[in-house]
Amino acid sequence: MMPGEACPVPVLGHKQIVLGHGSGGKLTQDLVEKLFLANFSNDYLDRLDDQAVLEVNGSRLAFTTDSFVVTPIFFPGGDIGHLAINGTVNDLAMSGATPRFIAAAFILEEGLVSEDLARVVQSMRQAAEEAGVLLVTGDTKVVDRGKGDQVFITTTGLGVLERPVKISADQARPGDRVLLSGTIGDHGMAIMSRREGLEFEGPIESDTAALHTLVAGMLDTSEQIHCLRDPTRGGVATILNEIAARSQVGMELEGRSVPVRESVKGACEILGLDPLYVANEGKLVAVVAPEVADAVLERMRSHPLGRHSCCIGQVVAAHPRRVLLKTEIGGTRVLDVMLGEPLPRIC
Amino acid sequence: MKYLDEYRDADLARRLLKEIQQVQRRPWVLMEVCGGQTHSIVKYGVDDLLPRDIELVHGPGCPVCVTPLELIDKAHAIAARRDVIFCSFGDMLRVPGSECDLLTVKSRGADVRVVYSPLDCLKLARKHPEKQVVFFAIGFETTAPANAMLVWRAKQEGIRNVSVLVSHVLVPPAIEAILDSPWNRVQGFLGPGHVCAIMGYREYEEISARYKVPIVITGFEPVDLLEGVLMTIRQLEEGQARVENQYVRAVTREGNQAAQELVAKVFEVGERKWRGVGPIPNSGYRLREEFSGFDAERRFDVAAIDTQEPSVCISGEVLRGVRKPHDCPAFGNDCTPEHPLGATMVSSEGACAAYYLYGRRQKTTVGG
Repeated sequence: MMPGEACPVPVLGHKQIVLGHGSGGKLTQDLVEKLFLANFSNDYLDRLDDQAVLEVNGSRLAFTTDSFVVTPIFFPGGDIGHLAINGTVNDLAMSGATPRFIAAAFILEEGLVSEDLARVVQSMRQAAEEAGVLLVTGDTKVVDRGKGDQVFITTTGLGVLERPVKISADQARPGDRVLLSGTIGDHGMAIMSRREGLEFEGPIESDTAALHTLVAGMLDTSEQIHCLRDPTRGGVATILNEIAARSQVGMELEGRSVPVRESVKGACEILGLDPLYVANEGKLVAVVAPEVADAVLERMRSHPLGRHSCCIGQVVAAHPRRVLLKTEIGGTRVLDVMLGEPLPRIC
Repeated sequence: MKYLDEYRDADLARRLLKEIQQVQRRPWVLMEVCGGQTHSIVKYGVDDLLPRDIELVHGPGCPVCVTPLELIDKAHAIAARRDVIFCSFGDMLRVPGSECDLLTVKSRGADVRVVYSPLDCLKLARKHPEKQVVFFAIGFETTAPANAMLVWRAKQEGIRNVSVLVSHVLVPPAIEAILDSPWNRVQGFLGPGHVCAIMGYREYEEISARYKVPIVITGFEPVDLLEGVLMTIRQLEEGQARVENQYVRAVTREGNQAAQELVAKVFEVGERKWRGVGPIPNSGYRLREEFSGFDAERRFDVAAIDTQEPSVCISGEVLRGVRKPHDCPAFGNDCTPEHPLGATMVSSEGACAAYYLYGRRQKTTVGG
């Protein structure tokens, strides 16, 4: 290429950004791979984990950033502030790091009720205290009314890796067990029920929680933990597809083993959504060596946030990059990556 | 969900499969009429479990799939107007028109909203008197009562800034069109459970008798589907052809009469064009003259929009059960849920999308 010649803009298949580009599914993957990775590629970013592990003067640091744009900002079981701290704490914890410091940037919309902002900030303070992280720097901007959605929060986190672990989406090996820390879909359905004004039988609350102590306990039991991810946008199905693709392995899941609350199952049923694709904010998926799986699972179950932990399947050498699910009645289907925003069906 | 769990019971499914194997002597081709049934079949791997020589083909019963291209283009033209709040069920948002889908129209600044009930449009119309609220009223007989209620109440309450873009289609004429086709391979039908919950199944008795074809009104859970297959196969093996009702917990012979009366007050039966199939006489609903003021096509003057399908797409043949999704050269290559060429790949209930999403590109077996 001649000096000064510009790279062509990669074709994303859409002339404009659509909501699905932020859903965590296939469209998000396209955007990340064809645009961001194509422009910013380096050894750290190319790993495509939720955090980068950096070596600085012999110390291993985990570094991550995340933006929170949830509507409504208050929802059953939590609020945007709680989510902003816990989400970043979890992204650090998924590398095996101890979360230490957080930076927060606020984009406020003109007209936001001050009392609401105060509630959000108090909630952040409380979540940070509980997670043992310090909010050490930040930024505030205000945009014109209509140019934002009350409040957007970006949090950046720094943690320290005190163990010699190498936990990454490319570390899954055939024979490994796939563990899940509890019921799925609670956060996504809590948000949807509040946002759309839907009322379902039985309360549905977000599972927003900081998972670093759960991870610490698991690592105390064994360091043979190969992959850790919190299945947020795109849900468990999308996370497992990412691990299968990065590790070049297949996965086989037992549909009946995946725990879903009755209320969430019912709400998903009504809307035609699959809980495996619905977002979580307080759950983790772990891929662990088979010989330590039972011990790790037992330890997870002894933690309040892992009481309903279970083994949902295993990693296989066959059909690399594909996740297969054995259905309740014994049939088989492929569990693919989510395409875009989950949309409720007509009937 | 206890009520549903028993219809997903593995032991019961196994017993039904065994019984199907015992009853079946010859190969049979069955059609599940409804897209929701197609979705369940592939989601639970029902097709994977059935004997190989029982072929399930997928019917025209996905309302999203059969909504004609020009109506989707009309929806886009209306939605793009600054004075319009365009409301739709969620799964219409990704259906491609000639140029793009409703999500793209939204990304360009249009006010496009997902509603869960057509009546939500009345609330929006009251809240935004300066706007025109338009509802994309698609569906089979299943959604017609709620859509009729929207128009009925708008008229009763004098709400003028509401209109509907109607694309209602009816199942029985589609079944007749399939049976009349010289290429028809279908020997028995799993009838559309939700449609019959509203309409009953008297119309299906006439079709079954006239064409000498078994029709078993069937539900949507895996055990429902297996039982529906068993009941249909049993009739075929015995040389019988009648209507049976597997879905007794939801369907009666007469259906929901209050809903039928409301639909008849607001809609009348007329010719409808089906995407991929073409016009079928008496196969759809249109607004009666006294409600024509609520017709979005008239209100926004989009009647002249006329568009053509991409020539490579075989969704019409897939909808009629003549060919399977992987018979299409574009399936999974040029045509995927991200870049669909035809609507059967877009809606999650479309046969092509269901095949694609649940890995029916090729046979897959756990442990293999």
